[in-house]
Amino acid sequence: MQAGEIELEKIGKRYGEQWVVRNIDLHIQRGEFFTFLGPSGCGKTTLLRMIAGFVEPDAGLVRLDGQVVNQVPPWRRDIGMVFQSYALWPHLTVFENVAFGLRERKVARAEINQRVTDALKQVELQGTDARRPSQLSGGQQQRVALARTLVIQPRVLLLDEPLSNLDARLRIEMRLELLKLQRDLGLTTIYVTHDQEEALAMSTQIAVIDRGRVIQQGKPREIYETPADDFVAAFIGQSNLLPARIDRVLSESVVVTVEGGMELTLGLPMTVKTIATGDAVMLSVRPEAIELIDTSVQSDRKSRIEGTIAASAYQGAFVEYEIAALGKSLKARVASQRGKPLFERGDEIAFSFAAADVTLIAAQQKS
Amino acid sequence: MAVLLAILTAFILYPVLSVLWISLSDDGSNPTLVHFANFFRRPLFREALWNTLWSGALVVLFSAVLALPLAYVLARYEFRGKLLLQTAATLPLVIPPFVGAVALQLILGRSGMVNLLLMDWFEISIPFMEGLAGVVLVQTLHFFPFILLNTVVSLANIDSSLEEAAKNLGCHGFRLFRRVTLPLMLPGFIAGSLLTFIRAIDDLGTPLMLNYKNLLAPQAYLRITTIGMDDVDGYVVCVVLVVLSLAALLAARKYLSLAEYASLQRAAPVTGTLHGSTLAIVWLVIALILAVSLLPHIGIALLSFSKIWSFTLLPTTYTLGNYEEILFRVPHFVINTLVYTLLAAALDIVLGATIAFLLLRTRVPGKNLLDAVATLPLAIPGVVLAVGYLRVFHGWDFPGLGAPLTSSWLILVVAYSMRRLPYTVRASYAALQQVHVSLEESAQNLGANRLRTFIRITLPMIGSGLVAGGLIAFITSCVELASTIMLVPRIELGPIAYGIYLYMQSPLGRGAGAALGVVAILLVSLGTYLTHRIFGARAGSAFRV
Repeated sequence: MQAGEIELEKIGKRYGEQWVVRNIDLHIQRGEFFTFLGPSGCGKTTLLRMIAGFVEPDAGLVRLDGQVVNQVPPWRRDIGMVFQSYALWPHLTVFENVAFGLRERKVARAEINQRVTDALKQVELQGTDARRPSQLSGGQQQRVALARTLVIQPRVLLLDEPLSNLDARLRIEMRLELLKLQRDLGLTTIYVTHDQEEALAMSTQIAVIDRGRVIQQGKPREIYETPADDFVAAFIGQSNLLPARIDRVLSESVVVTVEGGMELTLGLPMTVKTIATGDAVMLSVRPEAIELIDTSVQSDRKSRIEGTIAASAYQGAFVEYEIAALGKSLKARVASQRGKPLFERGDEIAFSFAAADVTLIAAQQKS
Repeated sequence: MAVLLAILTAFILYPVLSVLWISLSDDGSNPTLVHFANFFRRPLFREALWNTLWSGALVVLFSAVLALPLAYVLARYEFRGKLLLQTAATLPLVIPPFVGAVALQLILGRSGMVNLLLMDWFEISIPFMEGLAGVVLVQTLHFFPFILLNTVVSLANIDSSLEEAAKNLGCHGFRLFRRVTLPLMLPGFIAGSLLTFIRAIDDLGTPLMLNYKNLLAPQAYLRITTIGMDDVDGYVVCVVLVVLSLAALLAARKYLSLAEYASLQRAAPVTGTLHGSTLAIVWLVIALILAVSLLPHIGIALLSFSKIWSFTLLPTTYTLGNYEEILFRVPHFVINTLVYTLLAAALDIVLGATIAFLLLRTRVPGKNLLDAVATLPLAIPGVVLAVGYLRVFHGWDFPGLGAPLTSSWLILVVAYSMRRLPYTVRASYAALQQVHVSLEESAQNLGANRLRTFIRITLPMIGSGLVAGGLIAFITSCVELASTIMLVPRIELGPIAYGIYLYMQSPLGRGAGAALGVVAILLVSLGTYLTHRIFGARAGSAFRV
């Protein structure tokens, strides 16, 4: 049964006049842990429901292992889905919940017993067979929902924000368990979440979705380190966006001047297609890439930007600073060192960052 | 709290317990079961008990047959004419069953429209309205919306992901309905059925109007009114009625609490649209149900404008005289109704809000008792409460009144408000539950005292809920017959229900009675409309326990 390759070809979905999913092309390879990441209302859940067959696309094709399944009803797709609310049937016991799909598949009674027992063991819920879902904790309900889906050995596993109803500690625990389970089974998994930390920690591929479009697709590190635009930069982790201008375009690199005078030579970015001298661009700089410089040390204006500490928050392993500079409020995260004095509100400082830590983003998009 | 308990004890608990005590004691001194033994020894009573259970069961069965397909279509499909069906479903609720009984007599009775036609054409007649069959027919047409509304609410509350999960695992079509949908909606359906059962066995007007006496409610009424207040058998019949209702009510509550589980986060979306032949069939069924449920309304309207209508298809002469009679010559029926029911509704709102507040916001001891006593009237048939009042308040001057309570019209206000108290308690409770305590606490934190907090924050937020509860008390009191005909002290103190009952006793008065019936229908329609305006889509929940 297991194969599990999904191709979405120019998929679109419209509610009334509003296109909630627009022209999306994605290729989800077998065995991948693929995450749809985006803010609420971005269309990621609609996309997932189109794969499951609950929503019919208004444009484009859904292919499952090479076959177009647009017209195939959900009950013939063999795509397992874990719902955000778990959707455990309250009138059935845990055993009956897990056995449901097997009964639909006319599996022999003895085999059902065996497979349900195995599935419950897999999620470490042995001995809860006779209980009702309402007698279980949130985490346990989550596991039942997972077992119920895994027991039918689906071709693809869909997870719709499965961890959002759990408390923080349990969420991190379940995250690791899910990850191990998925990697062990080698099961193609599509995961929907708005939590960028979850996405970075679990995925092999991430598609960042905003307003019905895929903004960027790539491995977690690519998404984090080279965000395609200011939306991705701001949505995945924190990011400072600095206005800059292209000074010179060289064969392998460009020289930019950040507002305030600082000059940087950057490698030619993959994500920006055309660049010309004089273009206005944005630089995305992660807070941890910012380096604070003592102003008493004389230095060139071309290698730093001046500012004032607006706020500081000591967090143990690091200190978060808010810096007022260039008429903006920027964030810096600096590792704290024993004995080293901290900056305080009102301190005049300067900062810089290495060219390697900077992502160049083309014209600023509306956000 | 003390005042409240005193009121509830005096007007609910004590009258009912005294009925119980009389049936269980010999001359009010020693406990005995001999009266109950006598009850079960008399064939008449055994038959009345059996008839009551049997007709109640039949009403539930036929109502379910009517209501279930409609409920599924209403809850799950979008189609043209859906609003019409929704309206049709509430029409039977606006006509009091005993008024409907009179109207159906004219149409389906022995010398009614349909049988006259049948005689003309085929020389046969069908005894639709004779005996128990007539009672079951009238009650089914009147009560099926209770099952319908309860079932629709149940269906609409099923989280759609519960059904999607089943589809995802390979289940669809009728299997999906049988394995997932049906079990999830069953508790609400059963609760609606039990409520219908309670109302059917509690209904005194229909059997009286159809002159069918061999049921428990008319037996209790006839015992007390013809043989007298000292006839123990009447009290025993009352107690049997209460036991039946109470059992059904407890069962309904249990099922409803089970039903809560199914309502999770997202309400089920309408899953499909109807068109083509399916839509045609649905339309046919709607037309049929609409026609049948409109029959009583049409009959009563015709009758109210008729001077003479007997042994003819339609009235032979028309007149406005009936309305002149009830609006100008003897307007007190209408005026009394408005005074009594509005007072009762207002009293219910105050009591209901207070009880809800005590239950939700305080830790006074005896809360469970308060809740139980305030819910109890749902299981006390009107006849029984009236008998209790007659027993307890007759023959001594009520403090501050200078006369026995039973000789004042106030007894009707008290009876109505006690009978309908559970509705306002429930409505207020539900409304107050929506107001998170922190909303009140933040007002107090900003300097408003308890009273100011209540006036400025709580009351505006629960206001519509209170009004809706009061409206339901008003609607149902308007058409309350059982306790009315037993408790009206003098003719000129009688409300509409009493007037209808009185007029319908003579063939000549039927026109005026029908005109009063039309007024009652209009009042109830107005109340129902306003309730829907306030409750919106959740109107159905007003008719749950």
